[in-house]
Amino acid sequence: MQILRYAVYRFGTMLLTLLVVSVLVFVIINLPPGDYLSNQIAELQATGQTAGVAKIQFLRQEFALDEPLWKQYLIWVGFYPGPHGFSGLIQGNLGWSFYNSQPVAEIVGSKLWATVALNVAVVLFIYAIAVPLGVVAAARSRTWIDYTSSFIGYLGLATPNFLLALILYYYGRKYIGLPIGGLMDPDFEGQPLSWDKIKSVLLHLIVPTFVIGTAGVASMMQRLRANMLDELGKPYVETAVAKGMAPSRMLAKYPLRVAFNPFVADIGNLLPTLISGSVIISVIMSLPTIGPDLLTALKTQDQFLAGFVLMFVALLTLIGTMISDVLLIMLDPRIRYEGREA
Amino acid sequence: MTQLPDGRYVDDAPYDPQISIQQLERQDLDAPNWLLVWRKFRQHKLGLISGIFLLLSYLMLPFAGFFAPYGANERHEEHLFSPPQLVRFFHEGEFLGPYIYPMTAEANLETFQWEFKPDYSNPSRLRFFCKGTEYKLAGLIPSKRHLFCAAEGQTIFLWGSDRLGRDVFSRILYGAQLSLTVGLIGITVSFVLGIGFGSLAGYFGGTIDWVVNRVIEILRSLPELPLWLALSAAVPSNWSPVAVFFIISIILGILDWPGLARSVRAKFLSLREEEFVRAAEMMGASSGRVIQKHLLPNFMSHLIASATLSIPAMILGETALSFLGLGLRAPAVSWGVMLNDAQNLASVDIYPWIAIPMLPIVVVVLAFNFLGDGLRDSLDPYQS
Repeated sequence: MQILRYAVYRFGTMLLTLLVVSVLVFVIINLPPGDYLSNQIAELQATGQTAGVAKIQFLRQEFALDEPLWKQYLIWVGFYPGPHGFSGLIQGNLGWSFYNSQPVAEIVGSKLWATVALNVAVVLFIYAIAVPLGVVAAARSRTWIDYTSSFIGYLGLATPNFLLALILYYYGRKYIGLPIGGLMDPDFEGQPLSWDKIKSVLLHLIVPTFVIGTAGVASMMQRLRANMLDELGKPYVETAVAKGMAPSRMLAKYPLRVAFNPFVADIGNLLPTLISGSVIISVIMSLPTIGPDLLTALKTQDQFLAGFVLMFVALLTLIGTMISDVLLIMLDPRIRYEGREA
Repeated sequence: MTQLPDGRYVDDAPYDPQISIQQLERQDLDAPNWLLVWRKFRQHKLGLISGIFLLLSYLMLPFAGFFAPYGANERHEEHLFSPPQLVRFFHEGEFLGPYIYPMTAEANLETFQWEFKPDYSNPSRLRFFCKGTEYKLAGLIPSKRHLFCAAEGQTIFLWGSDRLGRDVFSRILYGAQLSLTVGLIGITVSFVLGIGFGSLAGYFGGTIDWVVNRVIEILRSLPELPLWLALSAAVPSNWSPVAVFFIISIILGILDWPGLARSVRAKFLSLREEEFVRAAEMMGASSGRVIQKHLLPNFMSHLIASATLSIPAMILGETALSFLGLGLRAPAVSWGVMLNDAQNLASVDIYPWIAIPMLPIVVVVLAFNFLGDGLRDSLDPYQS
């Protein structure tokens, strides 16, 4: 019951944070002077095509771009009636992309799922690699396993991940025949779900997952190793060994369980970097996620598209953080957030 | 050695049980803190080497023009995508001193590529302290001297040339000027903001603490890169490269301070209860004085260590932004701008040397990480 109450409370704070974030995003998007439409008007007038100007003027009114900024914000979120009544983000109207002349919802529709899928894959990858490696590195500390893994970890932190992407694509293609770019073979585009299609998607996911996850694996592994080393020196471990418990069972049952708590809490720190990574990697690897859209939208001042993508990315992060907080409470009953202030 | 009646052997040398207690741990107990830190840091070999390497790199920056054989944007139209030239010492078993084989470019009309053939019969010695293109030493003194250049009419591309025939090696040296200082400016901004807000929140508590905490939480929960992208997209494109550079580093700093502020706040919360703080307050010290004279010096060293660890993130950030075309732009030279050319896999395949700028990035970031680790381990010299 307490967990449920905490979850509800956490959900409430998340909504509040989201509100602040929306203001922040709106301000940042509107920082550059002018907007997409006024740039267009200037361009048309410069080239003497006055016919198009009327249409763009109409668009300006249609999307309330002639209103003062604070009103534009309220209309965008949906707190204030625009030219067509209440229709903003909370009413489910994501806005219009001027650059693509398409509703934002149509552009990003399927890409949202690809974005979520990619990030979930990366999180799973990080846990699958970092946990065993970290435990082994701690259990066999100061041996070659430990040194190799920490060296790879350092290298993973130091290489910019977009370069890693280029290198892996190059060598993956040359020696293993891994596919380059995209999330599936072009043949499967728009096909119904089939076994081959899933296989193709998985094959295409290998390099992006690896690239985005490396830095996360490195930092998580190092932290787990440090936590485990702290725990391994404690008397209860000695007792377990003295009882004659099998080492692997002992490791998994006692120290790992304790060392794992900070880990779950870490998802909150991990997610922002992951999503950052996935945005830039998607641009380079031309993955059908919202990363490339964000870049073009920012470059062309396509404000509704850019605003929505930023909001979505922030939402993803906030939801991830919330889940990790709730999980943490379930995993460790000693943590009670209500009493912390006292 | 004497044998006791019960059969044990005992050393004859006089033994004083007090000696281990009386002996000084170190010869100079009054040694200042920095000396102890330095002694401990010296044992961290990797950190020491990294520190020296970084020091030399930063000292090199004002003299990049002297070490580079060519100017940053100097073009050699005859030598587009020229491969790296190796500096050799022995020609046909005979010592010649540093020399290179001159390259001749030939257009292959089947593949439409330039093909470069070294002329092995005709070694050409390098010249030292020779005159070349003009540059400004430390940005002030005009000079034409270069450390080394090729013989008259020859070229020297240690790490090849790029698609416009510019020397990659020279550009890496010039690029270091921007790429390495981005981190320093960024960390200064982040330091000022982080210490300012962190100490306000930690010292005064209450409402200020609450507000600062919420701001930190919100900033930390946002993915950095999209924010960087959005903010740098807001930089007007008609600004000069220098202005863009400053703005980019300030943006990197503005988004970095929450982590620092959080640790400053935590330290303040614990230190505020100490007796020496209360004593200072009793004697009527203003809160500004307490913060600056009594609290900050207590963990300045920790802050420096954590700053060292967050510089690499900024260097990588600048690289990523410039790589995507939202950071520094063309006439400016930075490692990220250079890697912008390496975006195309096909050209990296044919001309692998245009991806060389990633080497200095990886090396510098690793060095900062090792240095930071070393500093962190040695900053508390009283701990064994």
